[in-house]
Amino acid sequence: MSVAEENADQEPAAQQVSAFLERRREQIAQRWADSALFRTVFTVARDEAVEAGRSVTAALAAVAASGGLEDIRASGFEAVRDQLGRMAASRARTGIDPDGIAREVAALREPVTELLRAEFEDPDAPEAQRCVVALTVLMGTLRLVVMETTVSAGEELIARQREQLHEVATPVIKLWESTVAVPLIGTLDSARSQVVMESLLDAIVAERARYAILDITGVPTVDSLVAQHLMKTVAAARLMGAECIVSGIRPAIAQTIVHLGIDLGTVLTRSSLADALAYALSRQGVAISPVTAADAGAR
Amino acid sequence: MTGAAGNGPAGFGHPVAGAVGGHAFTVPVLRLGDTLLVTLQGELHDGMAEQLQHDITDRIAHTRVTGVVIDISGVEIVDSFLGRVLAEIAAGAGLLAARTVLAGMRPAVAITLVELGLNLPGLLTALDVERAMELLAAGEPEGGGSW
Repeated sequence: MSVAEENADQEPAAQQVSAFLERRREQIAQRWADSALFRTVFTVARDEAVEAGRSVTAALAAVAASGGLEDIRASGFEAVRDQLGRMAASRARTGIDPDGIAREVAALREPVTELLRAEFEDPDAPEAQRCVVALTVLMGTLRLVVMETTVSAGEELIARQREQLHEVATPVIKLWESTVAVPLIGTLDSARSQVVMESLLDAIVAERARYAILDITGVPTVDSLVAQHLMKTVAAARLMGAECIVSGIRPAIAQTIVHLGIDLGTVLTRSSLADALAYALSRQGVAISPVTAADAGAR
Repeated sequence: MTGAAGNGPAGFGHPVAGAVGGHAFTVPVLRLGDTLLVTLQGELHDGMAEQLQHDITDRIAHTRVTGVVIDISGVEIVDSFLGRVLAEIAAGAGLLAARTVLAGMRPAVAITLVELGLNLPGLLTALDVERAMELLAAGEPEGGGSW
């Protein structure tokens, strides 16, 4: 059978499959409710599983009726995408990998195919074969839709965690009266430097800080982009009336900065956080001195 | 001392005839000892900015104040225009031997200015008006704008 013929044949077969799905919706839903996928997702009530099966069957029928058997963007799927996503997510939470979910969805095909075969007097007749093929294609598409929802749910999770990581990774610490510090750890990209800038400026207002220390000990590399982010942060802090000190510049990084020809001339730098704090304290007229014997005796 | 440059909050609420077409308010310029306090609120239109620049230099020249504090805590948007006006006010005041401190910039405004590439290099900055007064009283340039 040529490709053109196959496509021509698919059209009536798809309509037949659609009619079959509508007709046998209840039976299919009942059978699906006993399948591994539905049974494990809807552990509490079988009725819910049956209800979910019904809505998925209805969606498949709608897709088949529209003729787009292989269209994962078919409007019919939109209605159940949410539900499929929830089911896939609930399976994923139990620790099953995408491969396992795919297999469970594939297992939904068998009961439906059996029902479809039973519809025909002669299951080997060309017409029956074509309907089975159409149904197989449709179930394949369903599997794709489920996988797609699974993957996008995973992506959402990753995006959310990335956001949380930003917040977690940029604490602003009050070191002394009107002195705050941000220990930067990890690569400084634009999104992160934005978060750093915002939280630092908010902290400057909240703590009424005069000095802000950006410690880059934990930043693995400093390229021109990172340097630019640093300078922007320093400039913003200055506009808020705080003096910004960049500390924790390792020798290797100092070399890199010089080699790249980055001009950090407008930025106050210190080699360690301790030096930066000492500078901030001395500017505020605070001196730290060792406790003398006389002091110790007075206690 | 002339017109709008009188003692106290001159011009507060009074339209300056012909100065700002369409806008009924001018920015009040208050004198506190040796310092002028200018509080900007909301948006500053071109005409008002020009008037303000004129008012401030006039007041400095006639009263011999040594510092100007511009409070922009009530300003939510600072664009390149206002940035330039502020820099010009500071430069003008500098020529008259008065130091200008920009006080109370909001974090969001600071971020916007930096993203625009407006670092306002010549300006002294302070967290709020109180800090700005301290800064001016301390004499030599110190704090945020020193480097």
